[in-house]
Parts: sequence; C-alpha cells; structure tokens
Amino acid sequence: MHPIVKLVAQRIALGLLLLLAASVLIFVGTQILPGDVAQSILGQSATPEALANLRRDLGLNDPAYVRYFKWLSGVVQGDLGVALSNGQNIAEAMGKRLGNTMFLATWAAIFSVPLAVTLGLVSVRYRNRWPDKLISGLSLASISLPEFFTGYVLIYFVSVKLRWFPSVSIVNDGMSMLEKLNAIALPVAVLTMVVLAHMMRMTRAAILNVMQSAYIETAELKGLTLFNVIRKHAFPNSIAPIVNVVMLNLAYLVVGVVVVEVIFVYPGMGQYLVDHVSKRDVPVVQATGIVFAAVYIGLNIVADIVSIVANPRLRHPK
Amino acid sequence: MSQELKYLLSRATVGKLDRRAFLGRAAALGVTGAVANSMLASSALAAGPKKGGLIKAGLQGGESTNSLDPALSASSVPANNLTSFGEVLIEVNPSGELDFRLAESVEASADAKTWHFKIRQGVEFHNGKTLTAEDVLKTMQRHSGEDTKSGALGIMRGIESMKADGDVFSVTLNSANADLPFLMSDYHLVIQPDGGWEAPAAGIGAGPYVLEVNEPGVRHGYTKFANYWDDGRGHADQIEIVVLNDSTARTAALQSGQVHIINRVEPKVAELLGRLPGVRIESISGRGHYVFVMHANTAPFDNADVRMALKLAIDREDMVDKILRGYGSVGNDMPINAAYPLFSDDIEQRVYDPDKAKFFLKKSGHEGPIVLKVADGAFPGAVDAGQLFQQSAANAGIELAVERVPNDGYWSEIWNVEPFAASYWSGRPVQDQMYSTAYKSDADWNDTRFFRPGFDKLLADAKGELDQTKRKAIYREMGLMVRDDGGAIIPMFNDFIDGVSEDIGGWVGDPGGGTMFDGALVKTWLL
Repeated sequence: MHPIVKLVAQRIALGLLLLLAASVLIFVGTQILPGDVAQSILGQSATPEALANLRRDLGLNDPAYVRYFKWLSGVVQGDLGVALSNGQNIAEAMGKRLGNTMFLATWAAIFSVPLAVTLGLVSVRYRNRWPDKLISGLSLASISLPEFFTGYVLIYFVSVKLRWFPSVSIVNDGMSMLEKLNAIALPVAVLTMVVLAHMMRMTRAAILNVMQSAYIETAELKGLTLFNVIRKHAFPNSIAPIVNVVMLNLAYLVVGVVVVEVIFVYPGMGQYLVDHVSKRDVPVVQATGIVFAAVYIGLNIVADIVSIVANPRLRHPK
Repeated sequence: MSQELKYLLSRATVGKLDRRAFLGRAAALGVTGAVANSMLASSALAAGPKKGGLIKAGLQGGESTNSLDPALSASSVPANNLTSFGEVLIEVNPSGELDFRLAESVEASADAKTWHFKIRQGVEFHNGKTLTAEDVLKTMQRHSGEDTKSGALGIMRGIESMKADGDVFSVTLNSANADLPFLMSDYHLVIQPDGGWEAPAAGIGAGPYVLEVNEPGVRHGYTKFANYWDDGRGHADQIEIVVLNDSTARTAALQSGQVHIINRVEPKVAELLGRLPGVRIESISGRGHYVFVMHANTAPFDNADVRMALKLAIDREDMVDKILRGYGSVGNDMPINAAYPLFSDDIEQRVYDPDKAKFFLKKSGHEGPIVLKVADGAFPGAVDAGQLFQQSAANAGIELAVERVPNDGYWSEIWNVEPFAASYWSGRPVQDQMYSTAYKSDADWNDTRFFRPGFDKLLADAKGELDQTKRKAIYREMGLMVRDDGGAIIPMFNDFIDGVSEDIGGWVGDPGGGTMFDGALVKTWLL
C-alpha cells in the first residue's frame, strides 16, 4: 500500500477512536452533573409518581453502561434522540443551528485566513521594518482584547453611531445572501480580529524558519526577488505548520464562539447549547458535545493529512 | 400654546409635516425638544391609532426550549407570544378593572359559587373555526386535569365542575370566590380551538396576529389576522419578537433602531438610555416586590419582637435609591400596594427607626448574630441589599451575618427551606390570590410560615363577600396582620422598566407587568 494512504487511514482510525473516547467523557460528564436528572427537569413541584414515570421514560433505571451503549448505538445510526424540554427532534433542531454556525465560521475564515497569510508574508518581506512591526502590533493588540470588549466597541461605533451594520445578527432563510452578509458583518469582524494574530504570527515564524535554509540562499543567488523566493520556495515548505494553526483556529470558529453569539444574538450552536444546559436537557447537551468533538477532531485530521501530503519525502518514497 | 405651534402640531399629527421638521420649527418658537416631543405624542394619541407597518420588540426571557403551548408559558417571550396569537376570556386593565375579551359579560350566583360567562359571538380562530363555549370548556379542562402541567393549575384547583350550554360557559366552585373573573384573566388561559387538545403548541388562537415564523429562542413573526374581531387592537400589519437576552444587546438594538420596544432595562442604565435622542423610558410601578422572608415558626424568628426589630432596622428609602436607582417604591411589609384593587392607602408607612429596633431587640431578649442568606438569583442586587441591611441593622445594635449562596438551586435549596433568606414575588392580579398563594396557613408557598387561623378565616370571608366596601375593610385588616405580625420584610416594590422608540404611539403602562403587561405589540402603533 502506498505509505500516504496508509498514514491517512491510520489518522482517520485514530480520529474515530478519539471520538469514541470523547463520547465516553461527554456521557460521564452529563451523568455526574449534580442532582437527579428527572428531579432537575420537573423542578420543585415534582410529585414522587411523576419522578418515577420520568425516570422510567428516560431509562434512568438501567445501569450507566447500558444507557451509554443504547445512546451510542442511536448516535451511530444518526439518531440523536428528542429534547426533553420541548420534544423537538434534536438532529433537526440542531441541524439548523449548526448550519448557522458553519455559515458564520465560513465567512470568518474566508476573510481571516487569506488576510492572515498575506499579512504574514508581508511581515517576512519587510522583516523588522515598520510594516512588520505595525502588523504584529495591531494584530497582537486585537487578540489581547477580549471578544466581548471588541464586540461592544464595534456595536457602539459601527452600529449605534454610524448605523452601518446591525448589532443584532439574526439570520433566517427568508433573507438574501447580501442581507445575511450585512447581518453577520460585525461578528465576522470580531472573529477575524480574534483569530488573525495567531495565524499571522505562525505564518511569519514558519517562513522565517525556512528562510535560514541553504536552498533559499541558492535561490537568492540565482537572482530571484525576495517576494518570489518566499512565494516559490519558502511558502510551500512551511505549509504544514501554517495549515495546522489555520485548522486550530477554524475549530475555534466553530466551537468557541459562544460569547460572540451571545453578544450579537446570533442563532448558532453556542446559544443552543447554553439554553439547554440551563434547563438540564441532557440529550441535547450530549448531542452538541459529540458534534463539537467531531468538528474538532475532524479539522485536526485534515490538518494532519495536509501536512503529510505537503511533505515531498512522504509523497515520493524511495 | 401659540397659534403657530398649534398649527404646526396639527400639521404634524395628520402627517403633513414630518417629526423632525416639527421639532425643528418648534425649537425655533422656543419650545425644547422634550416638550415638543411629548406634545406630539399626546396629540397623536388624541388623533387615534395609525394602522400599518412593522413593530419589532427585542425581549429578554426567551429560550430555544420554549414551546407555544399556553400551558407551559413561564417567561416574557412566551407570554408576549400568547397575547399576539391568542385571547383570554377576560383581562384586567391598567386601572385594575375587568375588560371583557372573548367573554362578553359575566354573572355570579348570589353565593359567588357559580359563575356564567357569556361567550362573544362571531369570533373566528385563525384556522377558520368559529369560537363556541365548547372551545372554552375544553381549554379550561386541559388546564385543570390531574396530569396537566399547566402554570394555571393553581387557579383551576378551586373549580368543582364546568359546563358549556349554548353560548354560556359556567363554572361551579368548591367555595365562594368573588374574584373568579380576575383569576380567569391568567395569561395561560388562552382559548384554543377544541381546547388545543390535539395540537397544544400549534400557535392557533383568536388573537389579532397569525403566527408566521416560530424559531424558539430566536424570533417569532406575525401578520395581522384579517378577520380579527376587535378594531381597538392589532394596529400594525406585522409584528416581530426578537429574543435578546443580553442586556447590552437589547439597549444597542433599541439605540440603533433595529427594534422599537425592549423590556427589562437595567435600573443603572435606564436614566442614561432615557437621555438619548429617539428613545424614551417607560416605567411603571407594579405588584412585584423584593422581600426578606423569615420563618415565623423558627427561632429566633418565632419571637414577634425579633421580627419587629428587624422590620424597623431596614432602611427602605436607601434601598430604593441604591438598589433600584429610584425605579421603585418603598414597601410596607405587606405584599399589597396601590397597584392592587381594593388597596387601603391609609395604612401608616413603616420607616427606618434604629432606636425603636434596639428597644424591640432588647425586649425580645435575643442575642448573637442572625444569619441571612442571599443570592443575586433571588432578585437583582440581593447581595448588595443584604449588605445595606447589615449596615442599617448594625446601627440598631443587631448583628446580621449575610451569607452569599450560589444562584444555582437557590429556589429549591434556600428559598422556602432556610429560615431567613432573600426572595422575590411577582405579585398577583388580586389580593386574594396573593394571600392564598403565600400567606394562607396551608399554602404550598407559605414561605414565611405564617400560621394564623384568624387570618385564614378573614381570607375566606373576603372571598365570598360581594360588597366591595366590606371586602376592602377585610383586606385592610389582613394587610395589617401581615405587616405587624408576619414574617416578611418587604423593603421595596420594583418598577417595570421598558425602553421605547419615539416612533411608538399608544403606550399605556400596566402595573401587571412590563411591556404593557405583555400587550405592547398588539396595543401600540407606529407614529
């Protein structure tokens, strides 16, 4: 078998194993939440009969490992169960929210990834001169400010004072693409500011690392311009670490945007999760947990595979 | 008012002059913006409602777990949904009187045990069905069954039997209750076609708006119901509720003009928000109150002198200033205030008196610290209020140990369990219901452990008394009993504070609750 295929297969198998481990953790986590699940659903006015009925309906009388395998077999078949609080099908309700989160993350990525890589390249080109220092300074400043602060500052100036973009980023199916983009402009801006510095600095460092190599000196001696040296020789050889950090940040855009969603009232996964945690809606919490874990692991597998494929020594084995 | 100003005002009212131009010309005549604005608003109110447009409200109190089933409604957004698509039999209006909605009139038997509601004819549900007394009966049955989860079950418990006969819906009670029509105004009791047995969460009612978009925890959109029966409501063509749980997101949305109405403005930002152009603050004192509850059967609170000492050791004015920033009024250790019908305003206001408190503490013989449990989940600012109480009590020589406990589980672990803790009551439409819920000896939520057979007897007497003057006198006596002997220290009643765009006309605050007791979207109009 070709070594790349083997490596990729290995990674995917490892990822699946990791996902299984994550599912155990999530299940255990929701089980050790303080208080009886049935009691927290029914609340203060629970009668003993109602508690017993609900426990039976939820299957709480089975031992924990039986419940885990029941749940797991459902998940494997794509059945995430129904929400306890309003009886909605979780897969359906969550699908819409997941779509929204992906929409926001995609647009944040479309703006931030090329911007970060370009700024990183420019930084290397003007290394230790004022453009490099300016780019580093600004992007580090924007990552150092907490998201809620940047969010509120943008709302105050851009939304309340200038009225360019709305502060409430609710999107729905009835909106045209342009209206949707207008609605999510501010959260995209905040997310871009948050993830930019990490990716930009990593691009800069990775390329600078490669620039020390002998073949770069050769390229320079050939008479290539510095920008062409970076573009043709340094960048392809530093793709692996860059892709890694880009994937980490993309994962953050999906699973870590709860704060931004709350500030801009964006109907994504984060808000959905928070609402159901406060109602102790365990099946929903488990389902969102497993989806978040899958996204995180999946993006990391992609990063691994890209760095394997980008490595010529692995692509062309002797 | 000068002739010219009058002329301008009339032009602006009929829409020949836009608002900005009117304000500018009024300013030229030496009228300040605020005065000119309020002139315009009152003139528009006199001119009557305007039809059309889209009114948007950004409201706190909605989750993705919300259902449209009226029985399960428990927070602001579901309550506003109910008034948009549904109607109840009877409403209590802002002056505390009955407004007849789907019931046209009501009659009681002489003993106040049997009540007949005449159902309005020719009212259509959104699914095309015509309202009958049978729908009303089935709705009420759904809220009163053994296994119902309805929030109105407490109200329905006193009902012995119900029946529908022609266009009359009749209720027979276990014992007399002169307040039954008020109880029927409960917002859960929205009449649904066939009682909503088959599809309780379908969002179909006889209200002014038809549900178009239902995304729980995000937004709810409605359009005007063409065959709605009442011309006095549903002025806008469309209304929309946007769920904005974050306080800053709400104020920003109002400021930037994305919504016309927001609820739950924080007292600390209310004044600043009100000063901004294009926005006004509407606050109204309601029946909700912040309270410190003592168990009157547990030492040391079983001693009436200790209770009195603590009641005298709290600085009410100071708390209204610092905790509510003036958006509220002082309490008088009884759960009733002027927002209730049959309130007696001649009961003396209790004030902070450290010397008298010292005297009562000495008389009680109690020594040592008294533990008070607080959490901000009890009411906003409860921890600060506990500390203010601690300081004012220290001046009276009373040692209060204020203990902060977690919000999580407060209502199950602390409230109604610990002998001295902070709490909140949202109030009820009538005195009887408030006392029956929390002060009657056998009430589930008798959180002050107030066991007084004499009080229970007065409560039952008042219930069956149809003579309002006599009832008022009984309620006065009961209020005094709670005030002087009860276990509740009630320092303040909080106001409901809403933020409203100046484009909204027809706003009338309602002591029943914020956003015109959840009716702002169906009762206001765009100017």
